[in-house]
Amino acid sequence: MFDLRELRRARSVAEAVQLLADHPEARLIAGGTDVLVKLRHFDGQFRHLVDIHNLPEIKFARLEGDRLMVGAGLTFAETIDSPLVKEYIPVLGEACATVAGPQIRNMGTVGGNIANGAVSADTAAPMLVLEPELLVSGPEGRRHLSIHGFHTGPGQVALKRGEVLFGFSFDLKKLAGLGACYYKYAMRSAMDIATIGCAAGVKMEGGVIKEARLALTVAAPTPIRCPGAEAAALGRPLNDETMKNILAALEGDIKPRTSWRATREFRVRIIKALAERMMRAAAERAAGRVQP
Amino acid sequence: MTTIGISPNRLDAAAKVSGKARYTEDLPMAGLRHAVIVRSPIAHGLVKSIDIRPALDFPGVEAVFTYEDVPEALYPTAGHPYNLLAERRDVADRRLLTSHVRHFGDEVAVVVARDVLTAAKGARLVKAEYEEMPALLDRESALAPGAALIHEHAPGNVLRHTVSEHGGSVDELLKKADLVVEGRYKTPMVQHCHMETAVSYAYMDDEDHIVVVSSTQIPQIARRVVGQALGLPWSRIRVIKPYLGGGFGNKQDVLLEPMVAFLTWKLGGVPVQIALTREECFTSTRTRHQFDGEAKLALTRDGVFTAFDLKVWSRTGAYASHGHSIAAAAGSKSPYLYPRAALRYDAVTYYANVPSAGAMRGYGQPQVTFIMDCLVEEAAQALAMDPLELRLKNVARSGDVSPYNNQTIYAAGIYEALTRGSELIDWRRKREFYKNQTGPIRRGLGVACCSYGSNTYPAAVELAGARLILNQDGRVTLAVGATEIGQGADTAMAQLASHALDVPLESFHVVTNQDTDHTPFDTGAYASRQCYTSSSAIAAAAREFAGKILDLAALLSGVPRDAMRLKDGNIVGSDGEHVVFTLAELALQSYYHLDHGAPIVAEAAHKTRLNPPVYCCTFVEVEVDMPLCRVAVKEAWNIHDSGRIINPKLASGQVHGGMGMGLGWALYEEMLLDEKGRVLNDNLLDYKMPAIMDLPDLDCAFVEIIDPTNPYGIRALGEPPLVTPAPAVRNAVWHATGVKVDEIPITPKTLFRYLEKAGL
Repeated sequence: MFDLRELRRARSVAEAVQLLADHPEARLIAGGTDVLVKLRHFDGQFRHLVDIHNLPEIKFARLEGDRLMVGAGLTFAETIDSPLVKEYIPVLGEACATVAGPQIRNMGTVGGNIANGAVSADTAAPMLVLEPELLVSGPEGRRHLSIHGFHTGPGQVALKRGEVLFGFSFDLKKLAGLGACYYKYAMRSAMDIATIGCAAGVKMEGGVIKEARLALTVAAPTPIRCPGAEAAALGRPLNDETMKNILAALEGDIKPRTSWRATREFRVRIIKALAERMMRAAAERAAGRVQP
Repeated sequence: MTTIGISPNRLDAAAKVSGKARYTEDLPMAGLRHAVIVRSPIAHGLVKSIDIRPALDFPGVEAVFTYEDVPEALYPTAGHPYNLLAERRDVADRRLLTSHVRHFGDEVAVVVARDVLTAAKGARLVKAEYEEMPALLDRESALAPGAALIHEHAPGNVLRHTVSEHGGSVDELLKKADLVVEGRYKTPMVQHCHMETAVSYAYMDDEDHIVVVSSTQIPQIARRVVGQALGLPWSRIRVIKPYLGGGFGNKQDVLLEPMVAFLTWKLGGVPVQIALTREECFTSTRTRHQFDGEAKLALTRDGVFTAFDLKVWSRTGAYASHGHSIAAAAGSKSPYLYPRAALRYDAVTYYANVPSAGAMRGYGQPQVTFIMDCLVEEAAQALAMDPLELRLKNVARSGDVSPYNNQTIYAAGIYEALTRGSELIDWRRKREFYKNQTGPIRRGLGVACCSYGSNTYPAAVELAGARLILNQDGRVTLAVGATEIGQGADTAMAQLASHALDVPLESFHVVTNQDTDHTPFDTGAYASRQCYTSSSAIAAAAREFAGKILDLAALLSGVPRDAMRLKDGNIVGSDGEHVVFTLAELALQSYYHLDHGAPIVAEAAHKTRLNPPVYCCTFVEVEVDMPLCRVAVKEAWNIHDSGRIINPKLASGQVHGGMGMGLGWALYEEMLLDEKGRVLNDNLLDYKMPAIMDLPDLDCAFVEIIDPTNPYGIRALGEPPLVTPAPAVRNAVWHATGVKVDEIPITPKTLFRYLEKAGL
């Protein structure tokens, strides 16, 4: 039993926006895999809910010209199984496959994973590498947000009160030739949240790194990209010396903290090991990549 | 035809997978109320004031009780049989509710309401103010001179301190030794994490008769303790145990039964249930005792052990529960492993302001085995000797005499088990192959071994009962006092009875619910005891049962009794072929013959005075990812000597489950506290119990050394599987990395500290 006061089911994104406007105390619930945990602990902020769970309008994956559109309401399982995701942005599906266990993956959504602002979200690092636009609907209409800067603090995002994140738009032209991969480091191989998450995206040209994207979760108060490490990689062959420079520069990009879950020193060791492995794996993928 | 050594499906398999098996919470009771306990948010202190008015005023709340409302009497909670000797009884140090809170999650009040949510919200409205006292969390602070007393009756917070020495003067042997190795070791506080949380409900069905339905391993003991806690005659209490979703020792403790009985008693017999949340199971049921150990091993230069010198500190937490019995039991079971060496065992059990520790699968043996086995590995390294060879040289052999009780060990299969395991994992070749690795990914092999007992004798009485009833249709009902808690006991008991009677297994119906008003007496599921202790009761009941059947058959047929026997469920003549009666024919006669016979029932109880040791060993291969500080177990074998195996499939399942728990203890699980004693990880997300992806294929084998002292040649199996995986993993990590870790769990965070220190 949950200490729930009101649950209003929205039949469209527009209705969800309207319900949120009419009931400013209400919060959105989609898969419920975070909200119900909070409610179980009597978190009073979640007693009034607007339900967008299973809303058909936000369960899509389709091509629109050079863009791949992914609905925020896709569950992790649906994202994993999407042929378009597999073809164009496989790293997102791979990251979804690391989330918790089958029950959670059948309920939790990609949109919720980003919108709740969790610093450990498994889709956050691949999203930072894939750089989609975030499609948002609110009382003042629709707008597009960049994934960069979307996470503003632990559990905080750039959505305004009353706004609904309803999808992601990936620019496939910019992703052409990008090899990308994700590694979730957790204390268990499944049924866990990330101690550190690391995604890398690499484009190679003429034996040197033409583009490098390195993203981390739980390495700072929000999911981050690593501009210093990326700069150290650019224009270089991916050899041991470059890797050394990348890892040295990486120290300036990260701000891991000590908590009872892990110490700062431990996290730094894991971050460096993952960054090296993911950069190398992404480069290998880039080299063998079939152009979409 | 024998039904021992074959693997029929467990009797409750279909009921469980189809959802027909009814657990405590599946038994709806008209008018059931729900109670939630108000828990202390601090680890140590005194309640200065408590305001229950806001809770009482909350709609749907029906009653609130505090420490002011409960009986004064202190009661024990350990699931041990009653002891006639007062000084050997369990420590009675608990009231139903307390104003002196001793751990985070201690119990100060209870709210009864029409539903769980209302009760939970009511509990949040009870306002208690506390005067905080220092939280004494570890050995250093709890045992410090002048430390605050957690219980009045335990000066210095020491619950008990005992020293035993067997097999020679350990001081002299240490002096005379060619080599002495030593070490300091630490094992963590963990939780059982049974799938079904602790749950009980109670109601009254007469003016002075309380019925408690509970997820318990020990219905008869729970009955006695409820009587003690409420000051009622024990037979006024009836305890029923339905299907049960795991206990692992946590439910070998009286957890909720006295409280629900108290509540229904106070509320005029209204049924009241308490079902703990997972969080409450962590903070406020029982845990495994954290052990610190300092130990020495004396040996000759040829690698012959001469003496173990073990000193252990066992942290029992806020309340005694099983208390010093944990450390003491391990001290009594360990001398069977290396019986030709002396053993001194100095054990302190102390109180601390942490969740109470109680029984947990292995009952102290995992902790003490970890310490002993780490020492043995030290010795192998010091002698530059293969660790397997060193163990083979020293382990018990059949015919050795235990230094602990000077009794002959008739069946000791540990040498055979070690030999078998080394072949199965290809020990010699791989140990050589994995020597001196340097890369980022390294592999290693480890072994560990242990001894265990078959029951608790002579620490406690060992009593079991069995009843056989011939039904009207010729099927046989078997009722035992031993409790099925998921381990497969009912199936094994039916196999024993089927074997003894020569009646097909499918003719048996086993009464799976124990009920203290009418099932035969047995003290319950613990100490790996049930098959061993029940086997003699079943054998005796079967003799009487068969005798009554043949008596009636002789009377009705005129065939001499001695010329007949039971065969495959029929009463046959001396040729073994001619069917005099089918069991169904005879059953109908027994009930409905106008003049002769009576329903055939036989019951026997048996007190066991034998407690033969069992043995096991674990072999593992690990892979260590050095940069990521992660250990993965790639292969794991448990080899057991538990005598004859009744049902190999069920036995393997029990071994696999134990290995999983053991690997969890080795690599994943620990309850973490902050500096004020609050439990940080009281849920299955933050408490890293391994899931299926974290375990390798678990393999096992049995060397069946038949014990001549049991009618079926069986010994115990339940707990030992989890004892040896942890030291085997620790030894394998040492082999793989050259880094010796003297504590568990070897989580990435633990290994990180050791690798950094080693510059790796």
